[in-house]
Amino acid sequence: MRRALLLVLLLMALGVAAAGCGGDDGDAAGATTAAESTGEASCEKDQLETTSAGKLTIGTDNPAFPPWFEGGAPKGSKWEINDPGKGQGFEGAVAYAVAEKMGFARNEVEWVVVPFDQSFKPGPKSFDFDINQISIKPERANNVDFSEPYYDVNQALVALKGSSLANAKSIADVKDAKLGAQIGTTSLTYIDDEIQPSKKASVYNTNNDVISALKAKQIDGIVVDLPTAFFVTAVQVPNGTIVGQFPDAGEQEQFGLVLAKDSPLTDCVDQAVTALRDDGTLDEIQQEWLADKANAPVLE
Amino acid sequence: MARRQGERAGFGINSRRSKILDLGGEGGRSVAVAVVSTLVFFGLIVLLVVNSTGWPEVKRSFFDPDIFGASFPDIADAFLLNIRIFAIAEVFILVAALGIAVLRSLPGPVFFPLRALAVVYTDLFRGIPTILVVYILGFGAPALQIGGVPRDPLFWGVVSLVLVYSAYVAEVYRAGIDSVHPSQEAAARSLGLTRMQSLRHVVLPQAVRRVVPPLLNDFIGLQKDSALVALIGPVEAFRQSQIEVAGSFNYTPYLATALLFVLLTIPLARFTDWLIARDRMRQR
Amino acid sequence: MSALELHDVHKSFARVEVLKGIDLEVADHEVVCLIGASGSGKSTLLRCVNLLEPVDRGRIVVGGQELTARGIDVNVVRRRIGIVFQAYNLFPHMSVLGNVTLAPRKALKLSRADAAARALELLERFGLADKRDEYPDRLSGGQQQRVAIVRALAMRPELMLLDEVTSALDPELIAEVLGVIRELAGLGMTMLIATHEMGFARDIADRVVFLDEGVILEQGPPDEIFTSPREPRTQQFLQRIIEAGRL
Repeated sequence: MRRALLLVLLLMALGVAAAGCGGDDGDAAGATTAAESTGEASCEKDQLETTSAGKLTIGTDNPAFPPWFEGGAPKGSKWEINDPGKGQGFEGAVAYAVAEKMGFARNEVEWVVVPFDQSFKPGPKSFDFDINQISIKPERANNVDFSEPYYDVNQALVALKGSSLANAKSIADVKDAKLGAQIGTTSLTYIDDEIQPSKKASVYNTNNDVISALKAKQIDGIVVDLPTAFFVTAVQVPNGTIVGQFPDAGEQEQFGLVLAKDSPLTDCVDQAVTALRDDGTLDEIQQEWLADKANAPVLE
Repeated sequence: MARRQGERAGFGINSRRSKILDLGGEGGRSVAVAVVSTLVFFGLIVLLVVNSTGWPEVKRSFFDPDIFGASFPDIADAFLLNIRIFAIAEVFILVAALGIAVLRSLPGPVFFPLRALAVVYTDLFRGIPTILVVYILGFGAPALQIGGVPRDPLFWGVVSLVLVYSAYVAEVYRAGIDSVHPSQEAAARSLGLTRMQSLRHVVLPQAVRRVVPPLLNDFIGLQKDSALVALIGPVEAFRQSQIEVAGSFNYTPYLATALLFVLLTIPLARFTDWLIARDRMRQR
Repeated sequence: MSALELHDVHKSFARVEVLKGIDLEVADHEVVCLIGASGSGKSTLLRCVNLLEPVDRGRIVVGGQELTARGIDVNVVRRRIGIVFQAYNLFPHMSVLGNVTLAPRKALKLSRADAAARALELLERFGLADKRDEYPDRLSGGQQQRVAIVRALAMRPELMLLDEVTSALDPELIAEVLGVIRELAGLGMTMLIATHEMGFARDIADRVVFLDEGVILEQGPPDEIFTSPREPRTQQFLQRIIEAGRL
């Protein structure tokens, strides 16, 4: 009995000691506040706190779909469809343009695979920034840092040729259709918040699944961003057609680069993106990769 | 000497009273030790977690009360779909699995094809991961475009769950049937009951009673697998929480879903315990 | 026409021959007791009669019908023959009434009411009426065995086979079961009884059959067998029984 009591007391003592030794709340933010308090952070390349010293690590999902990434992937590469390292495609080009503005040469850029829902999990990130057609939303900004926007995006509707939905001319024509979209996308939010169809939308893990459902005629139409809609109808669903694009819901939806919350790099990335916008580089890149993917009737 | 023995007997009675919590030893003191050690144990864990470096961020990402409150109603609403799915599936599973188990037990060379069919079925559907069955049937079957074949993903989702779980539950039934002593069947057959009659009235009632715990266990597993139907479109609780998570980049909605599933599981688990205990008492 | 005839019945399990050519006849209303050492084949013989075990060779005829012929409906045959085992084998998930009425209802297609009436009459007669709603696990061994006998009787068999029905019972419970059997004999039931209870066998049997290593070594009226057995092995067996105090 006495031995048991002693053991209990010992455990309690250990507990108190452990409590005392733990870090306190402010530690995580310590490093950043130190940097901020020295006034303007420097964006000199050798002063940047990248995950890998001297290199810029960029994340995107796999497969990297056209027209966001192009150029194919070499045999045996972990990348399917396209290898972002080629710097081709709209987002491929933008990523390297930002890297260059920040002072990184092409061979100082490394790519990592980051599935969409890994980009915002708590804890240290495996990337410096992530580029993956992620729309800037205030709720999301509570948990990650967004860069300045680099693309204005519109949602579009794809249906099978010859279906009744293919003839839709306005949002009202779409309201009774069974729509589908990928989980986590602003496409899905657009359906739920703006279109508000009479039947609840079907939700899928990947774009491929959405397309399978369309082909199986389990859904009438899918909502994706306009450039992706071109790829879908050109390659994935040849008998699909772009019914039209949707007008903006309130504010224009925009893509932004994703960084860790309170990342020390956010300011410098912002400077880079803004510079690219100001000197017309973003427009050029858009012209090069997305010019023929911008025209579709607007469904009001 | 006699007095010592008497005292020991007294302690014995006390320890039986506290047996429910299995504290062992001597009544009041053991309760006190149990309480203190529990407090210390969990207190230590809490202290360790709350004082870790990453805690504030994890707390924000997983335990945000505002987001919990905001997302809970929609998730609870979607949970009704899960309930529909597993309730309907379970009924079919219990029946189909029994059929397969009975097929498996048919004796004699003339029934070999049926026995073989049952074996192939259980091997196949315990072998293929459930997620694949959902995908293959959910997208594949409607894509065949055979007239009359339903396209509804909910239908194929339930069918997939039934096909897979029937294979597992059939094995549970089989174990139950095997556990009934052959003398029971011998007694029934001796009275002139046919094979089917003795199976139906003597063997199966005993077999099923014995396997209620593993049956309920599989049912609890099925409840979680109802979320797989989301892969082919329908928005059930897990998917709904995924939508919420993606909207806010905060994981708290997952907690809400987890809570709903746990709240469902606990009564079932206690019910299973009660059934086991009642059965044990009956067999005294 | 005898109630039961066995002609040259052989039965093996794996390579071991347990019954090596049994010839036996039991007349209507006759009570025949089978005695012999364990492993001599008594149980196997009984189980062959109601086709729980298929015979390898030989013929079995019950009430003129050949059971070993091709195309026989086993279930119909078994309804005419009652068998009670050493281990009672009551159905634990049913009450006493349920146990007794199950086969009459399902196999004989009696209505629930008719089956119950028949069951209650039998239970009444053998002093078990007050146990009708009890479950087997609440009954003593002797009560369970008596229920097992009633359960077999409820099918109104032409012939009763009793396989060491008292061997699993505590000594003080044996008497009640033997009482039931005695009463059945008094009512004229044709019975083939395998038993270790020599005193009982002596008392109740019309004929005693001594089985030794799969053959009928000797048979005759109880007085003859118990007081002056002819075969030396019979004598040896009985000697051992007497030494064990069971006769």
